[in-house]
Amino acid sequence: MTKMPSYTATTNACKLCKPLGASLAFRGIESCVPFLHGSQGCATYMRRYIISHYNEPIDIASSSLGEKQAIYGGGANLKLGLKNVTTKYAPKVIGVATTCLTETIGDNVPMILAEYDKEFGTADSPLIVHVSTPSFSGTHMEGFNAAVKAVVEQLATEAEPNETINLLSGFISTADIRYLREVCNDFSIDATILPDYSDTLDGQALNDYPLIPEGGTPLKAIAHMGGAKATIELGATLPAETGGKVLERKFGTRLLRTGLPIGIRATDALFDLLAELSGQQVPERHTAARGRLIDSMVDGHKYIFGKRAVVYGEEDLVVGMTSFLAEIGIHTVLCASGGKSRRFASAVAAALEGLDGELPVVKEDVDFFDIETMAKELQVDLVVGHSKGYAFARKENLPLIRVGFPIHDRVGGQRILHLGYHGAQTLFDLITNTVIDKKQSDSSVGYSYM
Amino acid sequence: MGTAPLLQDRSKQIHRKGSAPFEIDCNKDSLAGAVSQRACVFCGSRVVLYPIADALHLVHGPIGCAVYTWDIRGALSSGPELHRLSFSTDLQELDVVFGGEKKLAKALDELIDLHKPKAAFVYSTCIVGLIGDDLEAVCKKATEEKGIPVLPVQSEGFKKGNKRAGYEAACTAMARLVGMGDIGNISRHSINILGDFNLAGEIWLIREYFQRIGVEVVANITGDGRVADIQRCHGAALNVVQCSGATMDLANMLQDGYGIPSLRVSYFGVEDMAEALYAVARHFGEPEMLEKARQLVKEELATLLPELARYKAALTGKKAAIYVGGAFKAFSLVKAFRLIGMDVVMVGSQTGTKEDYIELEEITDEGCIIVDDSNPLELSSFLKEKDVDLFVGGVKERPIAYKLGVAFCDHNHERKEMLAGFQGMLNFAREVYGSVMSPVWKFVPRRNKEVSS
Repeated sequence: MTKMPSYTATTNACKLCKPLGASLAFRGIESCVPFLHGSQGCATYMRRYIISHYNEPIDIASSSLGEKQAIYGGGANLKLGLKNVTTKYAPKVIGVATTCLTETIGDNVPMILAEYDKEFGTADSPLIVHVSTPSFSGTHMEGFNAAVKAVVEQLATEAEPNETINLLSGFISTADIRYLREVCNDFSIDATILPDYSDTLDGQALNDYPLIPEGGTPLKAIAHMGGAKATIELGATLPAETGGKVLERKFGTRLLRTGLPIGIRATDALFDLLAELSGQQVPERHTAARGRLIDSMVDGHKYIFGKRAVVYGEEDLVVGMTSFLAEIGIHTVLCASGGKSRRFASAVAAALEGLDGELPVVKEDVDFFDIETMAKELQVDLVVGHSKGYAFARKENLPLIRVGFPIHDRVGGQRILHLGYHGAQTLFDLITNTVIDKKQSDSSVGYSYM
Repeated sequence: MGTAPLLQDRSKQIHRKGSAPFEIDCNKDSLAGAVSQRACVFCGSRVVLYPIADALHLVHGPIGCAVYTWDIRGALSSGPELHRLSFSTDLQELDVVFGGEKKLAKALDELIDLHKPKAAFVYSTCIVGLIGDDLEAVCKKATEEKGIPVLPVQSEGFKKGNKRAGYEAACTAMARLVGMGDIGNISRHSINILGDFNLAGEIWLIREYFQRIGVEVVANITGDGRVADIQRCHGAALNVVQCSGATMDLANMLQDGYGIPSLRVSYFGVEDMAEALYAVARHFGEPEMLEKARQLVKEELATLLPELARYKAALTGKKAAIYVGGAFKAFSLVKAFRLIGMDVVMVGSQTGTKEDYIELEEITDEGCIIVDDSNPLELSSFLKEKDVDLFVGGVKERPIAYKLGVAFCDHNHERKEMLAGFQGMLNFAREVYGSVMSPVWKFVPRRNKEVSS
């Protein structure tokens, strides 16, 4: 490939900002209101962005800083905002994330919160978790991971050893969270999945608008995380400091890490861990699902073998998808992400170990302008990622397999199942049928059999 | 939950018609922690300038502001589509420490070479206001080097005055383009269209109406906009301005600088659309033009009204709630609902002015709730209290309605349906009908209490 020109500006970014990730993670805690310390626009823009994916209300409070506060400090507004949120929502937790504005003016949030607690704190006051999320360093994934770490750091306390397992599952879909819950149940594992926005961001039709939606990781469970038998942390490109590391360091909780269980081998790896931790064999329901998946892969392998894909999005998701695509005979030619964990390329290589084929080009810190430029030289058949790649896929007349976040141009984006044998099955059918559909549509004959 | 507790500090921004002499507070900063539906100053500027399709729109700041406004509006272009790309200087920690001017200058240099825009707008965000980058100087230098106008938009998000301040910043930037183009060969019956954003192609319809009555459109400034048109828009005889605050500032600047008068209109609903054409015809004082306008309205209504009647029959007596960005749109919606037999029981806006709310109070029925700068908890409590059948708003209001099992009509910038003009009125009725009459409401808890609760 010719050398890609490196532009100063970012065009059509393949990443989001840090406080958005933190807001999503906070939304997965029981009775928690996410709160952005910054100007009103941040909260509103992120709400709009999140709503368009989940089709679900999400109230994110803001300290609504104005010109005066930007000069003299946002402490008073932060306190007023916390008071108002407490009055109105009666939450058990408020998750405060900073923004570029308050990071730049240098508000000392822990100090302001300590003052607030002194001035207004009572026994009934909500807990306040704070996390530093300036959007000028890192992406929404760093914000998400930082918020999870902050929750663990600030809410988990010394606990009696217990039989639970902590599952820090990363930024996955609501369907994925529900699936992991079922898997743990099937292994008779009492799991604390953190965060759990499977109900709060994918709830039922209601008769009343909930102040705060039901669901989220129970606070009691979070408090006891230190005593768990182990922590499983999902992700192949996780930062050095994570919630799992905090638990390990503070409470000596055993930490096990494995990549997102996307495809056969990554799912096997997770199931092996669960089998080991529970002392149980993999439940029949899942071995059967695995068997059916492999059977269907045999049925469909010819239609997709050798196809070339571009996969983009969050690094962990890209690693997982690339690994799965390799298992079904699709060659990922480009792995791209707006993130820059510095672990992306090695994680992709590790995920592809043992499977034939050339390694893909792996690029971190790129935007869709770069992706498009590179893809043009790579003879791509298929695009895999969230809906922001649609413009590029459309331009190049390539089918887009929608996975991850956000899906702004389809219903049910939050319900896409990526994980486990069940997720792999859905993805396999979707990908294979998309390839078949393209061939059928492009054909002048219009065969009515495959 | 009962009725959501209303925050004491917000009570003066809510009025129930008939309950007391009319009084409402508005144009205040949003209350911290109240989960306002408002955005920020940057948002105001971005929405106004967004549809200028052959300009480069570079957001100077960290990535968020640019990424959340990428291809965000349904503002169509008949030609170039540069406006649908998202450009950001993507400021990083070191830029914040050492300043972003160099990065901005380099980004402008590269992007202008690559995309060859007719002008560039550089939006300032919160951070830029704080680190003190001299946007004016960088833009001036780029203008000289690149030979196209490069215009700073002073839209720091935290600046006083919410979205409206952003409108003004956008207008100030646009005003700097005005006067640069040739204004020969412009008819004396000519107008600029301000404040229509060409969502779903609406401005093409409106232009056609004006052409049918013999009016030349010089520039559709904010919808399917072009730099060259804006540069010669001072040659028009009249500014026709829609939308509450968005472009009034530009109209005022054109009045002050070039003596061009302006008319405020709305293209939503039959009455307002017709009045817009009549008002322009009256302004030019041409009986023939007025006659053409009457003829046009007559023709359009002849096909529209029988079709509307069908929808009206089904919708009469249903209750509607309205929450929109600018109050001006709300006026038209109140009238449009009346035309299809529906009762408006709640109406509010993010950024209405005192005058706006006085007018709303005048045109609504007894008991109607009027609200300024509301939030999800209030809105949902109003929907429940009034047992609303349909809510009109934008993306952020949609899940509030849907969660409660209330029908919804998107009247904001993301919609894909043309709602302006006579054709738009029919689309609006269809859209309302299509949501209100859906069988889905038979299954939601609200209408099915005995089963679900």
